[in-house]
Amino acid sequence: MVYLTRLEHFNAAHKLYNPGWDADKNEQVFGKCANENWHGHNYELFVTVKGQPKPDTGFVFDVKQLSLLIKQHVIEKVDHMNLNMDVEFMKGRICSTENLAIGIWNELITHLPDGVKMHCIKLYETPRIYVEYFGED
Amino acid sequence: MSKKVAVFRREHFNAAHRLFNPGWDDATNEKVFGKCARPHYHGHNYELEVKVTGKPDKRTGYVMDMKSLGDLVKREIHSRFDHKNLNLDTKEFKNLNPTAENIVVVIYDLLRPHIDKKMDLQIRLYETPRNFVEYPV
Repeated sequence: MVYLTRLEHFNAAHKLYNPGWDADKNEQVFGKCANENWHGHNYELFVTVKGQPKPDTGFVFDVKQLSLLIKQHVIEKVDHMNLNMDVEFMKGRICSTENLAIGIWNELITHLPDGVKMHCIKLYETPRIYVEYFGED
Repeated sequence: MSKKVAVFRREHFNAAHRLFNPGWDDATNEKVFGKCARPHYHGHNYELEVKVTGKPDKRTGYVMDMKSLGDLVKREIHSRFDHKNLNLDTKEFKNLNPTAENIVVVIYDLLRPHIDKKMDLQIRLYETPRNFVEYPV
């Protein structure tokens, strides 16, 4: 099994906010991340897939194809967007980095060809904060 | 020592913004600023490099105490802009388009009065890891 990673990036506005709580409680839990007029980040996205290199190409997956998949199914939906307001797959979810990584996994996984499995979504929110999601099992 | 030395301090903040000229209609803003003009804002992790140049003080050996420079940047810049919407939450950009160029000049003007006149000040501001500006030049 070989693991292949493609790095893409996007930037977006968001806030951390639980609509079931009042403003005070949101401020208490999320601090300045709950700022009502949003703040934003440069996100760095590492998508890792795994599989056996194909005998005819030597590739696990054509990395250009992987890049196009990420751009089409993720970057176009999130880049220069407001994650809370503009992104369909985050509707009804708190826009934490954790939930965003899960959302990105779910957007991509159905588009991978046979023999190529999703391994990890690694998502940097800042140069100092990142999450990794390896799926449910 | 009578030779000039430059000292640098790095700080960072993150914020939401949009690029928008209120004197233009939406179509013109979209044409000029592209996805940066989107109405619900987007955001960045801004990385700031503050450069102070001068002759080290004979008694301390310092051009400027780095800790006090760090505290100054936190007080004047970080507390104003971190986790804010530059367009909506800051008085500096109420009537000024928050491009990286304009932000770097604003930061310079906020810091300059607090730094010894004998020292030169230069600011480099990264809007993304690939886009950055400098002032003065």
